Amino acid sequence: MGIVKLRKNFHEAKWDEPIIFELSTPGERGILVPQVEKAIEKEVGDGLSDLPPHMIRKELPKLPEISQNRILRHYLRLSQETLGADINIDIGQGTCTMKYSPKINEVFVRSPKVTELHPLQDESTVQGALEIMYKLDLLLRKLSGFDRFSFQPGGGSHAIFTMASIIYKYHKIHGNDHKTEIITTLLSHPSDAAAPKVKGFNVIDIPPDPETGYPDLEAFKEAVSERTAGLIICNPEDTEIFNPYIKEMTEMVHEVGGLCAYDMANANGIIGIVRPVDLGFDMGFYNLHKTFSSPHGCGGPGLGALGVKKELEPFLPVPVVDYDDKNKRYYLNYDLPYTIGKVREFYGVFPVVVRAYAWIMSLGEEGIKEVARVAVLNNNYVMTRILKEVKGVGISFPKTKYRVSQVRYTFEKLAKDTGLTIEDIIRRMVDFGFHLWTSHHPWIIPEPFTIEPTESYSKDDLDEYIEGLKTAAQEAYEKPEIVKNAPHQSAIHKIADISMLEDPEKWAPTWRMYLRKYGKK
Amino acid sequence: MVIKKDGKIIVHPYIPNSVPEVQEEMLKVIGVSSIEELFDKIIPKELQFKGKFGLPEPLLSEYELKRHMNKILSKNKTCEEYLCFLGGGTWPHYVPAICDEIANRAEFLTAYAGDPYEDHGRWQALFEYQSLMAELLDMDVVSVPIYSWGHAAGTSIRMASRITRRNEALIVDTISPERRKIIENYVEPHVKIKWIKHDPETGMMDLEDLKSKISSDTAAVYFENPSYLGFIEVQGKEISEIAHDKGALVVVGVDPSSLGVLEPPSHYGADIVCGDLQPLGNHMNFGGGLAGFVATKDDPKFVKEIPYRIFGLAKTIVEGEYGFGDVAFERTSFMVRETPTESKEFVGTAAALWGIVAGVYLALMGPKGMWELGKTIMQRSKYAMKRLSEIEGVKVPRFKAPHFKEFVVDFNATNKTVKEINTRLLDYGIIGGIDLSKDFPELGNSALYCVTEIHTKEDIDKLRDALEEIILGR
Repeated sequence: MGIVKLRKNFHEAKWDEPIIFELSTPGERGILVPQVEKAIEKEVGDGLSDLPPHMIRKELPKLPEISQNRILRHYLRLSQETLGADINIDIGQGTCTMKYSPKINEVFVRSPKVTELHPLQDESTVQGALEIMYKLDLLLRKLSGFDRFSFQPGGGSHAIFTMASIIYKYHKIHGNDHKTEIITTLLSHPSDAAAPKVKGFNVIDIPPDPETGYPDLEAFKEAVSERTAGLIICNPEDTEIFNPYIKEMTEMVHEVGGLCAYDMANANGIIGIVRPVDLGFDMGFYNLHKTFSSPHGCGGPGLGALGVKKELEPFLPVPVVDYDDKNKRYYLNYDLPYTIGKVREFYGVFPVVVRAYAWIMSLGEEGIKEVARVAVLNNNYVMTRILKEVKGVGISFPKTKYRVSQVRYTFEKLAKDTGLTIEDIIRRMVDFGFHLWTSHHPWIIPEPFTIEPTESYSKDDLDEYIEGLKTAAQEAYEKPEIVKNAPHQSAIHKIADISMLEDPEKWAPTWRMYLRKYGKK
Repeated sequence: MVIKKDGKIIVHPYIPNSVPEVQEEMLKVIGVSSIEELFDKIIPKELQFKGKFGLPEPLLSEYELKRHMNKILSKNKTCEEYLCFLGGGTWPHYVPAICDEIANRAEFLTAYAGDPYEDHGRWQALFEYQSLMAELLDMDVVSVPIYSWGHAAGTSIRMASRITRRNEALIVDTISPERRKIIENYVEPHVKIKWIKHDPETGMMDLEDLKSKISSDTAAVYFENPSYLGFIEVQGKEISEIAHDKGALVVVGVDPSSLGVLEPPSHYGADIVCGDLQPLGNHMNFGGGLAGFVATKDDPKFVKEIPYRIFGLAKTIVEGEYGFGDVAFERTSFMVRETPTESKEFVGTAAALWGIVAGVYLALMGPKGMWELGKTIMQRSKYAMKRLSEIEGVKVPRFKAPHFKEFVVDFNATNKTVKEINTRLLDYGIIGGIDLSKDFPELGNSALYCVTEIHTKEDIDKLRDALEEIILGR
């Protein structure tokens, strides 16, 4: 074993960096634009003479004027004030699957063979790109049991919306006007409820059983009816309790003619262990930016790879990639009779496809299974230690003892004992170089936080994180002020006044609004 | 364990805790004897898949993987190897080295959803992106980027519908066919689309048709500028007047690379503006470089209908220190999973990194750079139109109007189809324009060509000569 050291002397880079507009010196240039050749100028003049005067911009945009070096320095400083997954033990951003994004895959996506491709080039010139898309589709088919994948959705929520669109179109084609409801669970991702509403569905949230954390089966039975258009559900949910009724639930929905759609955002502990088709799902998506290692990019670009069973293939967004065996060529297939159309221009975030393909090829069958096995091992190890050693901590639905690959914990006891909140602990964890994240809607677990160790971190790494959490909780009891006023060693200090974010009179979502509202120059 | 064919245990570099001794120790802490036992306690046995998936053998060494990937990728012919005249939603522009440098910074590349403290730099970079775009668009509020222009347009139209409490959108029929498909799916069933005709001579929106279709049901009038077909819609002000007279909002989709020379839509009455950030320092990436933006005015009635995240300035306990946070976070589906009545859409992982890059690009370009960019594109595309129009039987531009970056080349009077021409152009090392015959049948045998700052006189002359040889058989 290596060393386990809590970084009590950690300090994030703190550059006190001005807003970029404050760096402007009129006349400076960041980059020069290729000017036209004299011969072109001679032929067409300034090129603007055809424009009616009212269409010519009168006043140049008030962008800053900054030299190249200074811009570089500014953004490098901002990057140093960002705790990317590459530089921290990033298990505290639960639900996000902050696993290692292999650097070799960055080599591939930075190649001009990826970056300098136009999506509408003749197919003969992009056979490599189409081959990777096609082959990733085949690999995901094998892992999931689905029959076809689309890479168009640009993230998990986008894929949920795409599934809702397919459910909508499916019932429209079949004349099922009465199918107006989508069932989900309260602990599925908020977009599982929000996105179907965009397609006009009413959404029924099934609450968890307060004891076990399983979705309430009785409530589910009551919710299923002739009106049920479909089920859109996470399993495991963010509590990472595997839903033992899932097959019964999909069967019930099928019995009334509904479709079953799987939000597989939490797939990291079950890839290679469970196939969505075996649970009765008609479609489902993998987040390639989570489970399949593509980096998260501060919030995208991501990709929700959407797989469907044969009967739903005709509904997928166009095009899909196919292989013409006779002519030995890959091609784009737009011939999907009931297609929902498109959810994004062109074919998806291609660099993410490349990374996911390379990641699977590096691991193979046994490797993928090992990902899930170790993700589950790491999670249950961390959970056992946290529950035993961290003061004031609890777990949601404690009766269910083991979890898949993350856990939603609660600091309810700590809050009662000390008067501090999870927000305080989160800010204190920053002082040790860690992220810690609460949760999103619904707020049914008090003072929540979510830890997802993934397969990427060593036992030493996990031990270091646990030490951090132990220390922060201990301090909450013994030295509450230090926690309350945290962070002390971050790029910035505690936000003083959130009215600047909530009050329309005060909010400043852009620099110009700040100058206007706060009387600056 | 990861087991290689010969039975030897391999600890994969991506999975440190595959070391058997470490696993043993961890299992002991948990109090189970094996990982399998753990799985059996979590997932009903009958739901576990025990068969073989049939995945290929892994390429365990990084070197093997690199060989494999390079072999496939080398089959691509890039727009650096060929001279590319394709646009239509993804455009070949020069990407400054600093944009790549920042896009590839490990901290930005691998960060995600962290709080304003430990990820302060990310919050500032995205706030600055919003602020820089606000200047380019001359609008007060810009959100964190969303998937693409098409999605942003769908949201803008839905926003207009929620703000006006009306359920019809009037959209001009010259918009991008890709976006058309996205919008149609995105706004159904809440918003009904009526299509507005264009003038077949000039391409401009047919204002009589607009007047005849607009009503007290109209939530939004949507058009794009420059249009998908390259011409500039010069009647923005008139369109806005007609729309506003009826209480409808004006939504304009815009190519931001044009805004150094062209008036931003807010100056001719747009209430909501959307578009794509790919032209601002993001590589084409086979269409994967897209990132949509939505901008509007600082009116809570509008801001509260934006479903995406908006980062705002917030003061910290230290005087003079900038901090950040989510503006009116209650708007988003992260906070409220369902609005009681109408859908306020959803938010999730989208395209933040491309937004940071767009910010870097705008900072590099500055006001003069954006002006020069717009001007050089106007000049080069005008030169290209002029040269191509010299070819017998070729009509360029198809529409009598000012153009930006793209233009329709009408090959109807030649005896060659666009498909034939494009196939032949490949022999010259040229990728020709987009074949419009399917999406715009009324234009017959025509193609959409794109000329940006990267196309030199030599490139354009080469295209002209090649086209002439192909068409006239010389």
